[in-house]
Amino acid sequence: MDQHIAETTGYHDEQWHAHGHHKESFVTKYIFSQDHKVIAKQFLITGIFWAIVGGILSSIFRLQLGFPDMSLEWLRPILGGWITDTGKLDPEFYLALVTMHGTIMVFFVLTAGLSGTFANFLIPLQIGARDMASGFLNMLSYWFFFASSVVMLCSFFLKTGPASGGWVVYPPLSALPQAIQGSQGGMTLWLIAMALFIISSLLGGINYITTIINLRTRGMTFTRLPLTIWALFLTAVIGVLSFPVLFSAALLLIFDRSFGTSFYLSDIYIGGEALTNQGGSAILFQHLFWFLGHPEVYIVMLPGLGITSEIIATNSRKPIFGYRAMIGSLLGIAILSFVVWAHHMFVTGMNPFLGSIFMILTLIIAVPSAVKVFNYLATLWKGNIRFTPGMLFSIGLVSFFISGGLTGIFLGNAAIDIPLHDTYFVVAHFHLVMAAASFFGMLAGVYHWFPKMFGRMMDAKLGYIHFWLTFIGVYLVFFPMHYIGIAGFPRRYYSWTNFDVFNSFTDLNTFVSVAALAVMAAQFIFLFNFFYSIFRGRIAPANPWRSNTLEWTTPLHPGHGNWPGAIPTVYRWPYDYSKPGAEEDFIPQYVPFSETMESNLPHENDLIALEKEEESIVIDESKSH
Amino acid sequence: MGTNIRLVENPSRPLSVHPHKFALWLFIVSIVMIFASLTSAFIVKQGDGSWLDYNLPSMFWYTTAAIILSSALLQWGYFAARANQLKRLTVLVAITTLLGMVFLVGQWLAWGQLVDMEVYFVGNPAGSFVYVLSGLHAFHLLSGIIFLIVVFVSSLKHKIHSGNLVRMEMCVTYWHFLGALWVYLFVFLIFYH
Repeated sequence: MDQHIAETTGYHDEQWHAHGHHKESFVTKYIFSQDHKVIAKQFLITGIFWAIVGGILSSIFRLQLGFPDMSLEWLRPILGGWITDTGKLDPEFYLALVTMHGTIMVFFVLTAGLSGTFANFLIPLQIGARDMASGFLNMLSYWFFFASSVVMLCSFFLKTGPASGGWVVYPPLSALPQAIQGSQGGMTLWLIAMALFIISSLLGGINYITTIINLRTRGMTFTRLPLTIWALFLTAVIGVLSFPVLFSAALLLIFDRSFGTSFYLSDIYIGGEALTNQGGSAILFQHLFWFLGHPEVYIVMLPGLGITSEIIATNSRKPIFGYRAMIGSLLGIAILSFVVWAHHMFVTGMNPFLGSIFMILTLIIAVPSAVKVFNYLATLWKGNIRFTPGMLFSIGLVSFFISGGLTGIFLGNAAIDIPLHDTYFVVAHFHLVMAAASFFGMLAGVYHWFPKMFGRMMDAKLGYIHFWLTFIGVYLVFFPMHYIGIAGFPRRYYSWTNFDVFNSFTDLNTFVSVAALAVMAAQFIFLFNFFYSIFRGRIAPANPWRSNTLEWTTPLHPGHGNWPGAIPTVYRWPYDYSKPGAEEDFIPQYVPFSETMESNLPHENDLIALEKEEESIVIDESKSH
Repeated sequence: MGTNIRLVENPSRPLSVHPHKFALWLFIVSIVMIFASLTSAFIVKQGDGSWLDYNLPSMFWYTTAAIILSSALLQWGYFAARANQLKRLTVLVAITTLLGMVFLVGQWLAWGQLVDMEVYFVGNPAGSFVYVLSGLHAFHLLSGIIFLIVVFVSSLKHKIHSGNLVRMEMCVTYWHFLGALWVYLFVFLIFYH
């Protein structure tokens, strides 16, 4: 126990050497690994798997929406009974497709795949720690996620199909097995999978927060943390506060479904017969769900914003503009995320006064969001920009964040939201600002930190092709949806061709579908690039992006413990790019001010004395526990 | 190393809380969020009307007394551990564990009293909530008892003493929290049921 603590606190270099002599079998090294870097890769690979599944699901329902008359007989070998005798997609399976697309993308890809990967990978490396506070809990976090994935995947193979009540699983639709096929076994498995997922998120989140607070290396104060760490930190805080509430909501739903309680059910008639359930409230579920659901969109978004901050500053060769404002806006977004949930519920018959309060709070989020956008633009402004693939995806994120964020201001107004509620306008809004933007953040992160993860470079040319096809494609998919939505198309509908009023939009829907399939196809360029480069990519230099942060001071293939010798001490913030007077256009965090006399600012010269004093302190590890 | 060396016993750490203890506090925060959401759901639901009136089982008073007593004893056990009175520590942890089990049995009997009053788990949410709140608390208390048993075993092996208190401190924190959580739920139910 003691040895373990000493090692994880990262102060004791002797312990690490002792650790290095452990024999690691294949199983402990790659499968049940407690090394944060391996766990990060496990999250990444699983996330990529789920992204492919989620993407294929959306391709299938885009086929139905864009080509309503097309025969889908050729999908019968895969989908079997879900293709009707006339060669069409089964309408209930269509609902299952959109439900699972949403669930998989929001939770499995953009929460576990994004936070799980980059929080695990970057936190210890960028704050200068040997590993997470508890490697064991970290390993459990991944395996709970894996178990959750298996359960969710199993629900596809049920005869009644996976959950199909929408990713928000509103009761009574999700609570009554009679309501829809997907509310039978599929919904049960959905709830089990989500319960496991919540456990995984909490284990991960608690570990991330503890690690960032407790295990920073010497000199790594909060105002010297890279913005990635700040973003991942606040993401974890939001997760620890909001996921338990989803657990409560799901628990009561489980009782309603399987034990006959009436938390969410009241006055329901099926086939003229009244159900015995009395006294519940379906709106209660919406309150509980959106108390998680809204913070969840920031759990998805914040890591992308953090990754982008880091990549844009590095590749503009400029300090991030407004470092403290960036932290402040992250904090502002994190706090506001908990007090705006009811803007998803403007049409539930809410008291208009209450609606106004939630409207104002929602609109206030525009302020920190705009601060971030302007800071990104100001960082880029007159920068010595290097267009690496990671940089392009980061700029793409900023673009989506702006264009999707603007429609958020529309939808935040109750008066505009009511006619637009549950139309394709909403779909366009959240896919741009949350889905596409976060996805770009994830891709940017993969391109940027691939050299650290695998010791090799990804191919930049393929990266450029991937970027442009995806970037243009995403706009071609989601921009027309605004018009479709303003025209009143409701989301989640299987077909509109039965309504004359919507017939004029058939062409536009076909266009969107073609673009969506093209974007999907473009992702295979990335997949090829990713897997090919793992084995055959060019060997990466130690610091390929000439970056300041600590992860680039580790060996090309860091072992368990990250630094073979002592952990570097941090003397400065991570954004000293193109500092006037400096020889190079970057000064890494481990370079003391005493070695950069030519570029120091007056107040930094004063810090030299403090540095000397710090260095004279030798930490006696044996007495600290 | 030059001659200019200063040995310090406690290095200036960013935060002087042990990482495992800090993680425990975060875990407690997540449990608080579960019960905060459930009790606020209770209030919201009550505001909707169609609410059942019922009395709380009298057994809750006894179980509350048991859990408070167990917390006090465990605190005494902590003092004993700090003073290296290892035998007393073992006995106190054992009694605390037993009282925890007594608490669980009492909660079960309380459910029986509810059934006798015709307040069922399946029925009006007013009654269901009492079962969910007390049941979910009991589930967490079970994890506390497992923790106590772990501490009991390590106290038998003399692994808990003034020089090695981390595990004991975490156990005490968690147990006090579970007790306080029940007192909160009980007071909440008294005022809102």
